Amino acid sequence: MAGNRVAVVGVGQTKYAAVRDDVSLPGLLREAVFRALADAHMTMDDIDAVVVGKAPDFFEGMMMPESYLAEALGAVGKPLFRVHTAGSVGGSTALVAATHVQSGVHDRVLTIGWQQQSVSEAMWALSFPIPFQQQLVAGAGGYFAPFIREYIRRSNAPDHIGITVALKDRLNALKNPYAHLHEPDITFESVRDSFMLWEPIRYSETCPGSDGAIAMVLASEAAAEASAASSGVPPAWVHGTAMRSEPATASGRDQVNPDAGKECAADVYAQAGITDPRRQVDVVEMYVPFSWYEPMWLENLGFAPEGEGWRMTEEGATTMTGDLPVNCSGGVLSTNPIGASGMIRFGEAALQVRGQAGDHQVDGARVAVGHAYGGAAQFYAMWVVGSEKP
Amino acid sequence: MRDVAIVSVAQSQHRRAAAELNEVEMIQPVIRAALDQVGATISDIDFTCSGSSDYLAGQAFSFVMTLDAVGAWPPIVESHVEMDGAWALYEAWLKIQTGAADTAFVYSYSKASPGDLPRVMSRMLDPYYAGPLWPDSVAYAGLQARAMLDAGVTTEQRMAEVAHRNREAARNNPNAQVVGSASVEDLLAAPMFSDPLRVHDCPPISDGGVAVVLAAGDRARDWAERPAWIRGIDHRIDSHQVGARDLTTAPSVAIAAQRAGVDGAFDVAEVHAPFTHQEQLVLDGLGLGDDVVVNPSGGALAANPMMAAGLIRLGEVATRIMDGSVGRGVAHATAGQLLQQNLVCVLEGGD
Repeated sequence: MAGNRVAVVGVGQTKYAAVRDDVSLPGLLREAVFRALADAHMTMDDIDAVVVGKAPDFFEGMMMPESYLAEALGAVGKPLFRVHTAGSVGGSTALVAATHVQSGVHDRVLTIGWQQQSVSEAMWALSFPIPFQQQLVAGAGGYFAPFIREYIRRSNAPDHIGITVALKDRLNALKNPYAHLHEPDITFESVRDSFMLWEPIRYSETCPGSDGAIAMVLASEAAAEASAASSGVPPAWVHGTAMRSEPATASGRDQVNPDAGKECAADVYAQAGITDPRRQVDVVEMYVPFSWYEPMWLENLGFAPEGEGWRMTEEGATTMTGDLPVNCSGGVLSTNPIGASGMIRFGEAALQVRGQAGDHQVDGARVAVGHAYGGAAQFYAMWVVGSEKP
Repeated sequence: MRDVAIVSVAQSQHRRAAAELNEVEMIQPVIRAALDQVGATISDIDFTCSGSSDYLAGQAFSFVMTLDAVGAWPPIVESHVEMDGAWALYEAWLKIQTGAADTAFVYSYSKASPGDLPRVMSRMLDPYYAGPLWPDSVAYAGLQARAMLDAGVTTEQRMAEVAHRNREAARNNPNAQVVGSASVEDLLAAPMFSDPLRVHDCPPISDGGVAVVLAAGDRARDWAERPAWIRGIDHRIDSHQVGARDLTTAPSVAIAAQRAGVDGAFDVAEVHAPFTHQEQLVLDGLGLGDDVVVNPSGGALAANPMMAAGLIRLGEVATRIMDGSVGRGVAHATAGQLLQQNLVCVLEGGD
């Protein structure tokens, strides 16, 4: 990995919910920020720069809201930076924050991903009207369903794979106190019998819309060691970072197994010295907003050969007791404040290698992957974090 | 720190309404020109970063479509900021500093023309107390001008002089939108537009964009005869709350200037001051002497494409270094309202 060493020394999350009307917007963000700072044994005064990410400003009806949030985030007199890369933005924001440290310019960077989806209707906000785009679909699910159907056609995956993923992630969410959806009564049958939204995506195979924020403190080597010595919690060292983008429409583009995702994974593994991802990675937090994206991304990220990802899901390899646990936090299927969702994946990966994931901790996790995607499955952000220094 | 330089700059011909073009069509020729000037294609670029605003486009995820103008196929390493392009350049500069990239491509753009820009800008304000009043950006700037006039920090005469100097300078800027000015006396005879601001105190509303190529070390020397080296760059933000700020100062300009190493003599300064009274606040924050040529391009008073006008300031200084007409310059970009957020960059010719 290029540049100076960087590590995660603090992670803070809000309780995620459909509506967080018990707090103001600054209050919501500060709930995550102060938890992250407490985890890092730091205060706002220790922070050199603040990097904020969120998805479209239209969701909250505020244009570039970070200028308003400058004081609430302790950024006055400091650099405040705003990232926006579609659904991958939470992951991209963490990577931009890491760049602030890897460049040698800053030592302690606070990064925040957030969304208040209760303020608007994301499904229709993402159904672009003419003249911007051909009016074909309703919401992200309507956009992605055809690619899922194509995946099923190519791989001959049985219908119950999507249900299996949804059930696993929602059961994992019961072990995560911050998760939005806690459905203790969920069963295979209840997922199967939930109504069909966008064939083959059922209601219970779809992510919710959530309010919430996640914050992380990223630190240089010296600052990370000082923080760990004070807090007693080991840092999550960043072993690799990668981003890739491709156009929404390009002749020859494969939207089921996109090149940008494959190249992003290959890049981040090369930096982290990973040659056999399934064997060398202990736990994955993967961006799965619709259940079928678990097997699709298992293939795209090189954990399974093309057409075989669904077999890993079927065999239970991705459960918490499997050989490659995926989304122990409950994933996007259980919590989805869009602008935060990518960073939650990155933060949960860090919690795993720090041994801080509580009831959804994978014993002995040493290497974890955080993954996010966005747009028309065209923007990718990934990092590999480890318990050891790279 | 690695030596990083601006090696190519291209701009659109800024105008009130590029009505016949969408954003992709508007920015594509600018992107092409910036790459062509160094004989590069997007495959020669290690990192691409852009700046734009969904609110100006009137569409969520509007920047996604402009990837078509870049030609991001096969896939590229790319990011986007919901900020002026000057901050996209800052991210690219950081990326090059990590060693993960030697070259970077930065662009930013907006079409403000489809909406009512001053009212759209009010959506940036505190959503609980200020936003519901819909104070437009001109009225908001008027509060700052009034505070400065009342404090004796500026005069209407001085504001008119700033308008006159910038728009007369724009006669030499082929990309400018508002070119030439009536005499200061005539400007002051005009009626108030949003008291204490007259029309000449306000920036034009512009559609336009800018693209810049960055390169490190020998790559920069390969691509440009006289690279414009970035000797220092920093950005800072002030409070958003007008009631909590002294509107007659912009403290974050001074912090950024100090961190960017603004010191000694400069041949030229390009400052991003959309309203006439703001130029003085920026120059005071930068601590520049009277011998510096300020805004030979005409600045934001001559063309003010949102999200691009800040990066254009860096481009205007770099262009003059690259053509050999100046040796050292300082560029400033602002974001938010009333100079809330500020970026300062020191650029130099030579080795």
